[in-house]
Amino acid sequence: MISTKEHILEAIRKNKPQGTQYPYPVIPSFPKSSKDIVEEFKENLILNAGTCFTINSIEEGENKIKELHPQAKVICSSAIEFPGNKDLSKVTDPHQLDDVDVGIIRAEFGVSENGMVWLTEKGMMVTSLGFLSQHLIILLKPQDIVRDMYEAYSRINLNDNNYGCFMLGPSATADIGAVMVRGAQGARSLSVFFM
Amino acid sequence: MKKKIVNIEKNSADFINQDNIHEKEHDKNLWNARVKRDRIAQSIPEWEELKELASKIKEHTLSHLDEYVSTFAENASKRGAVVHWARDAQEHNEIVYNILQERKVTEIIKSKSMLQEECEMTSFLESKGIEVTESDLGERIQQLSHQPPAHIVMPAIEKTTEDIAQLFAKTIGTDPNDTDPHSLNEAMRNNARPKFLRAGAGMTGANFAIAETGTFVVCTNEGNADIGAAVPPLHIASIGIEKIIPKVEDLGIFIRLLSRSALGTPATQYTSHFTGPRKNGELHIIITDNGRSTRLGMEDFWTSLKCIRCGACMNTCPVYRRSGGLSYESTYSGPIGIILSPTFDLEKYKELPYHSTLCGSCSDVCPVKIDISNQIYKWRKLVVDKGYMPSNRKYALKAAGAVLGHPHLFRTTEAFAEKALPIVPDFLIYSSLNPWTQERKMFSMAKNTFRDWYIKNRKEKNDKY
Repeated sequence: MISTKEHILEAIRKNKPQGTQYPYPVIPSFPKSSKDIVEEFKENLILNAGTCFTINSIEEGENKIKELHPQAKVICSSAIEFPGNKDLSKVTDPHQLDDVDVGIIRAEFGVSENGMVWLTEKGMMVTSLGFLSQHLIILLKPQDIVRDMYEAYSRINLNDNNYGCFMLGPSATADIGAVMVRGAQGARSLSVFFM
Repeated sequence: MKKKIVNIEKNSADFINQDNIHEKEHDKNLWNARVKRDRIAQSIPEWEELKELASKIKEHTLSHLDEYVSTFAENASKRGAVVHWARDAQEHNEIVYNILQERKVTEIIKSKSMLQEECEMTSFLESKGIEVTESDLGERIQQLSHQPPAHIVMPAIEKTTEDIAQLFAKTIGTDPNDTDPHSLNEAMRNNARPKFLRAGAGMTGANFAIAETGTFVVCTNEGNADIGAAVPPLHIASIGIEKIIPKVEDLGIFIRLLSRSALGTPATQYTSHFTGPRKNGELHIIITDNGRSTRLGMEDFWTSLKCIRCGACMNTCPVYRRSGGLSYESTYSGPIGIILSPTFDLEKYKELPYHSTLCGSCSDVCPVKIDISNQIYKWRKLVVDKGYMPSNRKYALKAAGAVLGHPHLFRTTEAFAEKALPIVPDFLIYSSLNPWTQERKMFSMAKNTFRDWYIKNRKEKNDKY
């Protein structure tokens, strides 16, 4: 008896359009924006409800976190710059991050075309940090911004990580009366610290 | 048993006639999405080129699909995912159930997957005693209403804020007078969170699956797919065979097109890439056919498999915008639903291809250049060829064909109507025999026909040139 897999592949083989009339197209290089790359990134981040700050020292960063989230009790970080008050290296189960008010993660890079940041499993250590935290602070070096999605994908090796995510500002929904609401299920706010 | 035939005309009339609010709101909200789409598409100089490339990549993949599906499966397995194969909905659902049962999972959370909708997976799992919670807000609204999604991107778009306030008051105990979307969202966030934490498995679909690396990509705005993948120990993804694209590089094109076409935003808030199971987690992929390989063999319709489910055709469709998505009574509604649904069951959905003005707007906005309106027209021909045309429409069209095909007969009929219409009593004009007058007033015939006017005024003049 042939396997289900073989059965499906056989059906595809029999039915697919025959011949070589559908070659893989040549993908050309497209013109790039000439705007300042950091300014373009900021502009798009803000359009998508993110905020950003230039941070010059650890102390300045700590003060900014307090200023942005004065009520925060649990701060958990996968970035070496800020230890927070919940030790991520002791977390063995993703559920343990349910109480996190502020999660801090370093992005590998940003994309100026749309204001996205690229976060990976390695960078988050425990991936639920990116999704159970009520608020997110993303650290990004301004020199780690690429222009567009073509450059972004040429920079990523998907085999380096089991999970990687382009995140664009906080969680959003317009499912109730087409009104834009932030903080649907994931983070309620996202701030990028340039540092 | 008599077969259920979807009466889309009646369903739409019910949606339109329920009050003076729903149709207007629906039309307005979808048109806004269309306007936003136009604005952002125009901001990208290479937009039309991107569409052409996306279309070509999809056509190439579909014509070599056996190779790409195998490569995807091999690479995903190498990375530690368990790959399953399902020929149809039944096999798909049983695979899901077996995985859950082996691990004694009784509660799951799922993000939106049209394939799982198509397989009617939720009702199957519920019949086996598994509690299924939708994690996408719009989808949860539909679940609490015991309704399927009404739109592939905005599942609850046919509901007003007031409808949702009433629904939440009944189902999760909010104040029925609270119609603020922000506080309604907050109430649902708090209601859903414990379920996310309790779930034994998270289920997702996939927007794209990349042969080169065995990665699949899920796009959401709420991050709900990511919670399902990051919190419970088990992640199951249902992937239709048509989701495959060859290379990582291709994502640069598709991600740029998807959300811009759907909602007019530069991208979804979360574009997540899964290449293997999470640390200490398990990942299962169910590669599903469910009629797709058959569709691939339909010369006129195989390119509908290029669809990336952005919903742009629905947002622009003047018919969909007024009739509401639920009136199609099919997993896929709007123009794309009109061409996909008959491949599942032509007799049941034989009325759908007539639910279109054939204006071509759907084909214009499609980011992968599916000739949707041509395919709608071709389905009409098939409905006739198969003998599924309802008799009243068949005879009316036959008569129209005879009259329009014979100029003399046309002029006689016209002259007769011109004299007869003003004196025919209303009860004959406004009867169920005349569908034209069911929703509008009968037109009045011009005293002077264009032909008479033309002969009198212009013919002489034109003859001179």
